[in-house]
Formats: sequence, structure tokens, C-alpha cells
Amino acid sequence: MTSFRKPKIQRKNEPLNDLGLARVDYEGAMSTLCAGCGHDSVTACLTKAFFELSIDPAKAVKVSGIGCSSKTTNYFLNDAHGANTVHGRMPSVATGAIAANSNLIYLGLSGDGDSLSIGLGQMAHAMRRNVNMLYMLENNGVYGLTKGQFSASADLGSLPKKGAPNEYPAIDPVALALSVGATFIGRSFSGDRKQLVPLIKAGLKHKGFALIDVISPCVSFNDHKGSTKSYAHTYEYYHQAVHADYVPPTDEIKASYDEGDVMPIELHDGGIIQLRKLDQNYDPRDRAAAFQKVMDSKATQEIVTGLLYIDETQPDMHEIQKMEDRPLNEIPYSELNPGAEKLKALQGAFR
Amino acid sequence: MSGPGVNDFAIKVATVNGTGSASANGLLMKTIFRMGVPVVGKNVFPSNIQGLPTWYEVRVSGEGHCGRSGDVHLMVAMNPKTYEEDLAELSPGGILLYDSTWPRPAFMDRSDITVLGVPFASMCNDAFSVARSRILMKNMAYVGAVAALLDLDLDVIKGLVDETFAAKAKLIDANMQAVYLGYDYAKDNFACPLGFRVEASNGTDGKVMIDGNTAAALGCVYAGATFGAWYPITPSTSLMDGFAKYCGQLRVDAETGKNKYCIIQAEDELAAAGLVIGAAWNGARAFTPTSGPGISLMSELIGFAYYTEVPVVLFDVQRTGPSTGMPTRTQQCDIQTCAYASHGDTRHILLFPADPGECFDMAVQAFDLAERFQTPVFVLSDIDIGMNDWMVDELTWDDVYQPDRGKVLSATELEKMDTFYRYLDVDGDHIPYRTLPGTHPKGAYFLRGSGHDKYGGYTEGGPEYQEVVDRLRAKWQSAAAKVPAPVCIRAAGKARQGIIAVGSSDGAVREARDRLEAEGVHLDYLRVRGFPFAANVEAFIMEHDEVFVVEQNRDAQLLGLLLTETNVQREKLTPVLHYSGAPLDYRFVFDALMNVIKVRRIA
Ligand SMILES: Cc1ncc(C[n+]2csc(CCOP(=O)(O)OP(=O)(O)O)c2C)c(N)n1
Ligand code: SF4
Ligand SMILES: [Mg+2]
Repeated sequence: MTSFRKPKIQRKNEPLNDLGLARVDYEGAMSTLCAGCGHDSVTACLTKAFFELSIDPAKAVKVSGIGCSSKTTNYFLNDAHGANTVHGRMPSVATGAIAANSNLIYLGLSGDGDSLSIGLGQMAHAMRRNVNMLYMLENNGVYGLTKGQFSASADLGSLPKKGAPNEYPAIDPVALALSVGATFIGRSFSGDRKQLVPLIKAGLKHKGFALIDVISPCVSFNDHKGSTKSYAHTYEYYHQAVHADYVPPTDEIKASYDEGDVMPIELHDGGIIQLRKLDQNYDPRDRAAAFQKVMDSKATQEIVTGLLYIDETQPDMHEIQKMEDRPLNEIPYSELNPGAEKLKALQGAFR
Repeated sequence: MSGPGVNDFAIKVATVNGTGSASANGLLMKTIFRMGVPVVGKNVFPSNIQGLPTWYEVRVSGEGHCGRSGDVHLMVAMNPKTYEEDLAELSPGGILLYDSTWPRPAFMDRSDITVLGVPFASMCNDAFSVARSRILMKNMAYVGAVAALLDLDLDVIKGLVDETFAAKAKLIDANMQAVYLGYDYAKDNFACPLGFRVEASNGTDGKVMIDGNTAAALGCVYAGATFGAWYPITPSTSLMDGFAKYCGQLRVDAETGKNKYCIIQAEDELAAAGLVIGAAWNGARAFTPTSGPGISLMSELIGFAYYTEVPVVLFDVQRTGPSTGMPTRTQQCDIQTCAYASHGDTRHILLFPADPGECFDMAVQAFDLAERFQTPVFVLSDIDIGMNDWMVDELTWDDVYQPDRGKVLSATELEKMDTFYRYLDVDGDHIPYRTLPGTHPKGAYFLRGSGHDKYGGYTEGGPEYQEVVDRLRAKWQSAAAKVPAPVCIRAAGKARQGIIAVGSSDGAVREARDRLEAEGVHLDYLRVRGFPFAANVEAFIMEHDEVFVVEQNRDAQLLGLLLTETNVQREKLTPVLHYSGAPLDYRFVFDALMNVIKVRRIA
């Protein structure tokens, strides 16, 4: 079986973005995931966000690990470079790529198995380095591609299709991200496009590590009664805490801010993330409070969603490394070669 | 068998780790080097920070032999815990110098040696008041005693002490005072100098003393590497330390203070491998230094880089395995692991430097080969080369050099093309074109470790899959002509036997061969420097009745590789294996070969 591309047909009156590109220009190969898989909805949201932000697909880079979720790299942004790396190692490959050229837009795609089991260390370290990327964790509580074993995000007591309930507590990527230093932390649901698309946009525009934990149900292995990662369960316990909208620098901000209701966060590119707080007393700039909120929600089984934490003030890896803006791959060799004379001089120390 | 004589002998210093003896031993060696006499140092140190025994071997060789001799003519025994083995190791007729503050009549058990006692501790206790400095000064005092015994030039020692403590002038006097304590005591009490001693010469003109890791680090700088990732592991750590140091000096923009390089200390070797793959995929020259355990961890990603054709450079500074093994002892034990690192049909390009000079040159070649062939390239060094100071020709650089970045398409080239396919062999040389992310929409492709066809598309189709892996094999094979060619040394007379070796075995093998030749045994010698093997490797074996394969591991890994990768008969190859963890010495090779040759002659 060979993968195939969807035809790029330009329909009449189709809306174009600022680059003159249509939605189809942001699409990719045909998905080979199960019909109804949450991951396909996430792909659709990503496509929409990139299109609406008028990001040149050729200036975007997609990197993933291994899993059904990681396969989605291929299903959108055909004109972007993409890499399906190995299981659990997307963060390191992405970090290396970003180190070599930080002038592109980096998107990491991963699953709960890829990120929270085999790749837990790498994900944590990418967050700790505040690597400038958007990291989508498409979370279904199981290993889809290996046919439904529980993953580390499966909730305690969640029922499998067959057999005994899960007996180990879940690793919550949001709580983890809060503790290891990610600077943009959101949670969402593949079934809530209205929330997810703007959240993706904000994450793409954030300078630093942005994590979005997306509940993305696996219809084949974890969408039954008793599963806590099913569509039905997610709808039932879904709770929006903070809604985030990205407002580009060019748009005049019309809304007047009622403190405590809408909160503007200024971004490095001059744009703004407008936060609409649905929980009045919640301040997403307060790491400790965010942690408290996430912990509290565990007791009530509530799935708190939205932009749960943001800090625009931290330096990203590029800044911490004191690197030039110019990508490493564009520095001419003449600037890298110290020359024969210098080599002679350096060897004075070896005599 | 060797020496002792003027400019031809070996000293061994036995001390305790963490007592500051390393700088004293370095001082001894550099003094001899500056007196113009070729010298090599081998540091045998424990995997420990403080308290365990450590030894430093200095071989003085006017003829410039760079391997160990296997002899010890002067033993400086400063560690009572190892007195017994140090005494036993001393060659007949040798001299044992020890701290006679605590006399040891047991040394008299050996009547074939001379024991010289110097009360180092009591002299230093009288002269210095601070406890820590007493320990340090004891080292300088044995330097002084050795200087008197070997007729070392005190002005040279003073010059080196001045340089070392340039920033702390106070310490110069104290250190020299300690040197004189030992020096004067020896002069007053013993017949100085000894029969074997150092006589100033000009044998080190145009030479430098450098370790392989520092040289490799310089090679990375000169190659234009801009990205390095690593996870600390003995014995490769100093390679990245060197790279960081030179980048700090040479790669920071004077005006902006911004770096033209990036070094990331990874969370483990898996991440280090992923990091360099990401950077190299994106067009930076990227490398990671590691050792055996790191290679094991990196394996999955090495296979990924091989199959997706990402050019990365890996330095494996080999240490004794298996598992943690003896982390501070040397071996050539990763040859086969690296040759075929990762699951599935994988095979890699390997380079085998024999000394720090080659570490420098081959670091540069490694990047050129990696980018030319779009594949991982391994530089297989070891502890002996990487961490010991070797005397080598001064490193030189040709400013005409331009990196070979291989087949990378520019935006203009892409613009002119109808379609671009990442894995298509357009030129018939098995090497496809690659593009860097962000260059041009037409250049986009999908890097996947899953089955792919020559267009870069996912496939589970047998013929499409095979077409790509067959090309990879052909591509790898074509590198045989591009890796550094073997070095061949022919015997004076017609030789029916030969020797093959790699890397740090070279010095000992050459010396053994020379000495065998002096005894009328003619052997040709081929030092392999790259894998895939150049065509003349097989030819060399074919033209001899018997070839000794000398290497530093238990399982004859190089020999195995020769059998797998050439058409030679098993019977032709005789393994000569040294795997104690100590650097190879010529005597071992000489004896091993002589024994076999004698048997053959009888038969
Ligand atoms: C080293 C390694 N071990 C195991 C596997 C098998 N494997 C492939 S995908 C996967 C789990 C994927 O789970 P997740 O990341 O949650 O993705 P999903 O399929 O659920 O979207 C596993 C265990 C592998 N590819 N590599
Ligand atoms: S197995 Fe589950 S995760 Fe995988 S494609 Fe099907 S529904 Fe999606
Ligand atoms: Mg999953």
C-alpha cells in the first residue's frame, strides 16, 4: 500500500488567506486512521489554524514520534518538511532541528504513549529547555497503534474493552508540564474545534514551549462505556476554565477589557492572546494556582480545559544558548574556519 | 628487551587518585619533551575521584616509538597500597624510588633491583605547614628527585612551573622549593645521574604533545561543525569540553557576544543522538562524542539516520566493556557494534584514527564523508588515544579547504525543477539529493524511518522497499574508495606473512615488526583506516600465506569483520588479541608473533 495525495483542486470562490493560499494548500496525504478517530479532528484543527494564521507551509516543520497520532504529520501541510522519527524521541529531534534554524515554525505531534511512557524524559527536557515549539499531545489513554493497551495517561479505574480496570494512577501531562517549566500549557478536546483552533493559534505564536494536551478518543480501543477517555465521558466532564484567542498585531483590539473577565497577554511578535476566563478566580499566569486547579479537578473528575498557564517572559532555548538570529545552517564556512595561522598559535599550549 | 639507555627507558609513577599527581607527571613528561626527546605518557587511572591507585607511565624513546614497551626501568612508588605489584612489575636491573619516611625492608626481597629511598613526606612536612600543600608538594619533590636521577634540565622545569602558576606567583616559589628538596636529596645521597637518563636533543622539533580528544575537538571546529550534543561519559567528555572551549574562544561574535554554535548537554545518549539528527537534518554540521554505553543507547536512532540518510558524526572513544566494564581502561571493543549499529540491515562508515594527529584529520573527513554519503559516520578512537598525551607532528591546516556539503539543493535549483524526490538516484551514484527545511515548497519531503519507496512515499511493497535498501547498500559500498586508505609498510625482504591492525595498536605493532625484522622475521603490515574496507585490504590478505590480525578485544572483532566483508579464507587469519584494558605494548605483539612463527618454522 502506498500513501496517496489528495488532489489539490482550487474551488471557485474559495476563501484565500493573506498569502493567497487556499485551505487545500494546507492539506496533506489522505488519512489512514480509523473513521471517527479523534486524531483526524486534531489534524483538521491544525490545518485550519495554519491556514488562518497565513503561515507559509514551506516555513513550517512537523516532527512526530511513532503511533497513530504521530502518523498525522503526513496528513496536512504537504509543503512543509516533516519527520516521523522513532518512538518517544520526537522532542530531541525537534530540539536539534530548532537549534539549527530557529526561524521556522515547529510543530511536534505525539501521543500519550509516545510522550508519557517511552518519551517521558525527552518531553520533560524539551519543556525544561523551553524549546520554541508547539507540542500536540493527542491523548487517548491507550496505545492505538499496538491495539489498545493502556497508556500512562489512562485514569485509575478506567475500563478496557476487555479485562480488568487500570490499576495505576495516570500521569497528567498538564501537571507534569507545570512542574518542569513549560511556558504555555493548554488542554483541549478534539471534539471542541471552537476552543482548539484558537488555542493552537495562540500556541503557535507563543515564544517558548507550548503544550496542548488534547483528549482525542480512540474509537477502536477506548471509546466504550467505562473508559474515561471516550467521547461520551469527555463531553460529560468537560469544563472550560479559560478560553484563549489569538489577535494578530495588525488587528486593532476592539474589545474593552473588563479586568477579571478578559485578559490580554502580549506576545513577542506584537500580537495578543486574549484570555476569556470562564472561572472568575482563575489566573493562568500563576503556576501554583494552575497546579492547584489541576489537582482539585482530579477529585471531581472534571476535565479542565483551555489555556491553563502562560508565561511570556521566560527566555527560550535559543536565547539561553545566546545564539545568533541567523540559523546555524546559514553561517558561511569563512566565518567558521579559524584558519591555519590560528591553528599554529593555538598549539603553543601543546609544547 | 628495550633499553635502558640514554633516551631509551620507561618510568612508572604509582600514586593515589586525587592527590594532584597528574600535574606533576605532566610536568615530568613535558620537561623531557622540551629537552627535545620524544616521549609518550600513558595514564592508568581508576574510575574514582579520590583515593584509589593510579599510575602514570612515561616512555622516553629517542627513536620516537609511540607505543608502550612493557618495561619499567624506574618505578616511582608513592602509593604503599600498591607497593607489592609495583615492585613485581619493575624490570630486572630497574630502580625503585620510594618514600623512605616509612622504611620498607621488604623491598630487599628482590636482589635484582636497586631501591632508593627519599623521605619525601618528612621533608615536606618540615618545609610546608598546610596539610593539603604537603600532599601536593610531595609530588613536586619526587619530580625533583627524578630530575636529579635522569639529569633533567631544572631551567626547563622552572619554565614550566612559571607557566603553570603564572596567575598565582606565590606558588612558583613553593613548588620550586619542593622540587629542590627532592633534587638535592637525590644529588647528595645517590650517584646521579643514572646510567639511563635524558640527554637533550632535537627530536621534538615540529612536534606537539596533544591528546586525541582535544585534537578531535579542534577537528570539529575546523570542519565547521556548529552543533554538538552529548551526555557526559568517560572517556569522551574531554572532546566536548575541548569543542566548547575552542568555540568560546573562536566562535563568539565580538560585537554582539552571540554564539555561532550550539552545544546541548542532553538528558541521555538517546536524546544526544536525536539532537544531532535533528540539527543535521536541518543543515548544521552536527556531532556527538560518546563511548560504548552511549552507542548502545543511540542504536535505534542510528538506524533511523541510516535509513533516512541524515549525515551525523559520532565519536566513539572506546572503553572496556561489556556493560559498564572498566570505564577508564582502553579497548577496541566496539568495532562490530559500530559497523552494524542498530537493528535491521544497517552498515556504517567507520574511521580508525591511530593517534591524535589522525583524530584531527579524520574529524574533518568524517563530516565530509557524512554529508557526501548522507549517512552516519563513526570515528573510533579509544581511551589511549583520546585521553593520553601523544607526541605527534604539529597539526596543520590548509586554508584552501572547503567543506564537502554533499548534494544539497538550493532554492534556485529547486525552483527550476519540476519535481523533487528525496530518495531518487538521479545521478546513478546511489546518492540522492537532499533539501533543507524552509528552503522551497518544492523541496518538502517526509523523513520517515518506516518503509519508503524511492520517491519518499510510505510503502509496504516489497520491490519498492528493496529498491531503496539495495541502493543504500551500494551507496555504502561506494564509500570504500573514499574512506582514508590503508597504510602499508612493506618488509625489507619478501614476506609470506603480514599483520593487520587498526587505531591505537599501530605504535606497538610497528615497533614489534621493526624488532622482528631485526631478528630476520619479515612481515608486511597494513593498517586499516576505514570501513567499508578499501579493495587493497582483501588483496593484502590474498597475497600472504598468513596474516596476524592484532587488536584490542577478546572476540577478534576486526578479524570477524574481515571475514564477513571480504572473500578471504578463515585459515589465513591468525588473531592476536590484547584485552587487559592496558594500552597495547610492543613486547606483547612481539612475543605473540614470535611464538607462532617459531611453531610454524618447526612444523
Ligand atoms: C522502540 C519501540 N517500541 C515499541 C514500538 C511499538 N509501538 C508503536 S506505536 C506504540 C504506542 C503508541 O501509542 P500513542 O503514542 O499513545 O499513539 P496512539 O497510537 O495511541 O495515537 C508502540 C508501543 C515502537 N514503534 N518502537
Ligand atoms: S486505533 Fe485508535 S488511535 Fe489508532 S487510528 Fe484507530 S481510532 Fe485512532
Ligand atoms: Mg495513545
